[in-house]
Amino acid sequence: MNIVIIDYGAGNIQSIKFALKRLGYDAILSDDPEIIKAADRVIFPGVGEAGSAMKMLKDKRLHELIPKLQQPVLGICLGMQLMCNYSEEGKTEGLGIFDTEVKKFNKDLKVPQIGWNTIKNLQTSLFQDVSENEYVYLVHSFYVAECEHEIAQTNYGVDYSCALHKENFYGVQFHPEKSSKAGEKILENFLKLELRS
Amino acid sequence: MLTKRIIPCLDIKNGRTVKGINFLDLIDAGDPVELAAAYAEQGADELVFLDISATEEKRKTLADLVLKVAEKLNIPFTVGGGISSIEDVDILLKNGADKVSINSSAVKNPQLINQLSAKFGSQCIVVAIDAKLIDGLWKVHLVGGKVPTDLDLFEWAKEVERRGGGEILFTSMDHDGTKNGFANEALARLSEELNIPIIASGGAGKVEHFQDTFIKGKADAALAASVFHFKEIEILELKQKLNNTGIPVRI
Repeated sequence: MNIVIIDYGAGNIQSIKFALKRLGYDAILSDDPEIIKAADRVIFPGVGEAGSAMKMLKDKRLHELIPKLQQPVLGICLGMQLMCNYSEEGKTEGLGIFDTEVKKFNKDLKVPQIGWNTIKNLQTSLFQDVSENEYVYLVHSFYVAECEHEIAQTNYGVDYSCALHKENFYGVQFHPEKSSKAGEKILENFLKLELRS
Repeated sequence: MLTKRIIPCLDIKNGRTVKGINFLDLIDAGDPVELAAAYAEQGADELVFLDISATEEKRKTLADLVLKVAEKLNIPFTVGGGISSIEDVDILLKNGADKVSINSSAVKNPQLINQLSAKFGSQCIVVAIDAKLIDGLWKVHLVGGKVPTDLDLFEWAKEVERRGGGEILFTSMDHDGTKNGFANEALARLSEELNIPIIASGGAGKVEHFQDTFIKGKADAALAASVFHFKEIEILELKQKLNNTGIPVRI
């Protein structure tokens, strides 16, 4: 299987590559639109600040390419947030794939949220064989407001969308590559997804 | 619900794990990669690798080690020990570390915190603070606790948060190695005055100490070394007991 991790200068890509390797898959890092378009699976990672990450995407003209991709795409953490309409972080326009907004956690909470939290109301085969209230590892200061694309929910002061799905696009707020065995299962499920055209 | 984290700390010297009491009588404790994987298997939520070697090849050895750990480990880990520049951090994160921990270098050059958080994001910048109670005031110490400063723990911690530090790893030198429990009063005050996660370190001896630091100390995470290395406390058993007392933990 030809797996491409979009390399646009944001995020801890090595960990995702290693996680896939532990599952028996080799992934390529690339910012080349032709290579990305030809992939069987695309992983869109991201760590850092939304405004500067969006700028890096635009510099490489990837902001036009990503919403048009046809194969299964998995956005991770900031990657998922950038797939939404808008982020309060840096007052940034997103890729507009998911019809929702990214908001800052309430000031009364410790921010960033760092650590293991649970996911519930799991939907789609991305979460096949993953238990309700499974623990996943999260590190983030902004969250995706609940929306129709939600396929997993988490609570940190507020209920928010911890995973999203629309057509061939998936997004997870947590880091599957750092979420122990449950994370590995979710990555494996993503690789096994069958596309309904 | 966000759970409380249990974090074993591995001391690294020249690429090997070492065990010792207060850095004395160090003995070789094996391959860090294997130990890390074993801790992950036992239910550790995160790991910290603290490099205590002083050789010139330190940077390269540490970068190589991080790569090997990242290849094997499916939980997050932090790397600390002598990190003092953007270049140091860049290579460690590129090799797969999730966070870095800075200590003396941040006190000597506080601007480093701003630079690192702007470049890599607050979430991967842990600022470690070693402090000791002197005449009723918590004073920050440097170089593994050897060099006292006039800096007040709480003032410095607040400055760290303002400058973009993502977490505080607070070690009480008065409690470290005593196995009499964590510095819960100071920890609770840090938690109340700051809005970023606080990791408690120094003083773990038994299960009740973890309970106390999460409840009385309001800590978000607790770090310990020897009680785990010498198997005085098993992580799974610790987490089950914490869970039984109503403290949210990942089991």
